[in-house]
Amino acid sequence: MATVDPPETVPLDGSDDVIRARHRVRDRAAALGFDLVAQTKLVTATSELARNTHLHGGGGELTITEVEDAGRRGLRLEFTDTGPGIADVELALTDGWTSSGGLGLGLSGTRRLVDRFVRSHPQRRPEQLRVD
Amino acid sequence: MTAVPVVRMRDALVAAMQEDIDDRTALELADRLAGEVAAHGARLVLLDVSAAQVVDSFISRVIVAIARVCRLLGAQVTVVGIRPAVAITLVELGLSLDGVRTALTIDDALTALGNGASGDG
Amino acid sequence: MSRSAGQPQPAPEFRAPIAAVLTERGGQVLDGWVERSALLTSSSGADDLRRDGGAVLDALRAALGESGDELDLGAVSRLLSDFSARRTRSGDRPAQTAGAVLALREALLAELAVTGDPEDRFTVAREAGRIVDQLALGSFDAFLAGREEVITQQGEQPLELSTPVVRVWDRVVAAPLVGTLDSARAQVVMESLLQAIADDGALVAILDITGVPTVDTLVAQHLLKTVAATRLMGADCIVSGIAPQTAQTMVQLGIDLSEVTTRASLADALAMAIARVGAHAAQSARA
Repeated sequence: MATVDPPETVPLDGSDDVIRARHRVRDRAAALGFDLVAQTKLVTATSELARNTHLHGGGGELTITEVEDAGRRGLRLEFTDTGPGIADVELALTDGWTSSGGLGLGLSGTRRLVDRFVRSHPQRRPEQLRVD
Repeated sequence: MTAVPVVRMRDALVAAMQEDIDDRTALELADRLAGEVAAHGARLVLLDVSAAQVVDSFISRVIVAIARVCRLLGAQVTVVGIRPAVAITLVELGLSLDGVRTALTIDDALTALGNGASGDG
Repeated sequence: MSRSAGQPQPAPEFRAPIAAVLTERGGQVLDGWVERSALLTSSSGADDLRRDGGAVLDALRAALGESGDELDLGAVSRLLSDFSARRTRSGDRPAQTAGAVLALREALLAELAVTGDPEDRFTVAREAGRIVDQLALGSFDAFLAGREEVITQQGEQPLELSTPVVRVWDRVVAAPLVGTLDSARAQVVMESLLQAIADDGALVAILDITGVPTVDTLVAQHLLKTVAATRLMGADCIVSGIAPQTAQTMVQLGIDLSEVTTRASLADALAMAIARVGAHAAQSARA
């Protein structure tokens, strides 16, 4: 997969940043011609993961990169947090598990919204979730 | 971010959510609705989300909470105007707004609840 | 592409005669090009060529006029590529697009045959041929790229056309599904149905699967998602046309349709839908 243009970074330290992240992703997705349903799924997934990063990750950032794969354009979203991380990945991805009230269905449901969901280095920092 | 406007129509409260609503505003709305229902003895609460382009798991939980609290206070809550793209996303996320009535328009919501007849949800 | 490695380059001394023909008989070259191209393309293609061909010839003349060992056909190639891509998007077949470029070869050679030094004619013609070949290859790349785009767009259309949603009654929409239901199609059905509910203000949506031969777990999941989504939009959803065999299979697979309203036939579903809309209208009248 090739990347197009330099990546864009959005900090995720304050609650306003979640909104800003949504807006940036929506603008980028719309510019790439994503249809409304795809845009909504992606922006909603962004909202979930940005909130996680902000609330449970001790803050962090979102990196938006335009990518190309076999002629099709897409967006890669990388959520990097600086916090302690979620210890038990499997548990976190089971519907209904909640940690301090914020996680819940967000993470496991989110993976159904995107084409590719990668969770890397759960035991190490920084965590990165890739959403294409 | 401006607070969600709440309008009183006889014994119904209509809250029209904006396009983009942050967590704090959603929680503030929940508090305010509970207060208004109690203060005016409202029987119906209509949450108009037709302008909302993103309804994520947090907003969903707040909506469900609003419904539960208002029911305890004697008011029926109906969520009005979920957009197709939002409906699809909610279903994919596994959020069904269980136990919360929904309607396409305010008109339909009022009709469904007018006679205490069964709505959807 | 401006040049390809290994392709014999027109010797510098033959550039001048070719450039001269383009300068002195440019109009005739263009006429000949359009004429020959018209034999292979539609009339709209010929109009495009008359309009764009002049620019191509100008660029070719400029390229030939430049000094240097290698002939830089980059600009000419780009112009031809744009032209080819446009023709492809307008629906030209491969032969038509390639033909338009190759027609240039014929036109150029025809003019070269009656100009310049007879001694050099063969060599000049051969060199001119090489130049056009290079250009033709470059435009073929563009044709392929243009075709990819068209195929991608067309690939998305048939799905929508084959899953129409119909308004069968006041505030009732129905999606009669026919054929196998894969993930992609199920997604389109869901989106179409929901959009129809929004557009029509529907109170009831009917998903008719009479024409769907097999319902496996995956299809059932899609159906359940669609039902859930229509409910979120405030509409009732009725699934009709479940064959007895299918019903048994679904029970065996453990698919839980207990929350879903079902009817054996589309007609039954419609009757139920009409009653529902009627009841709603009655309530509305009383309010």
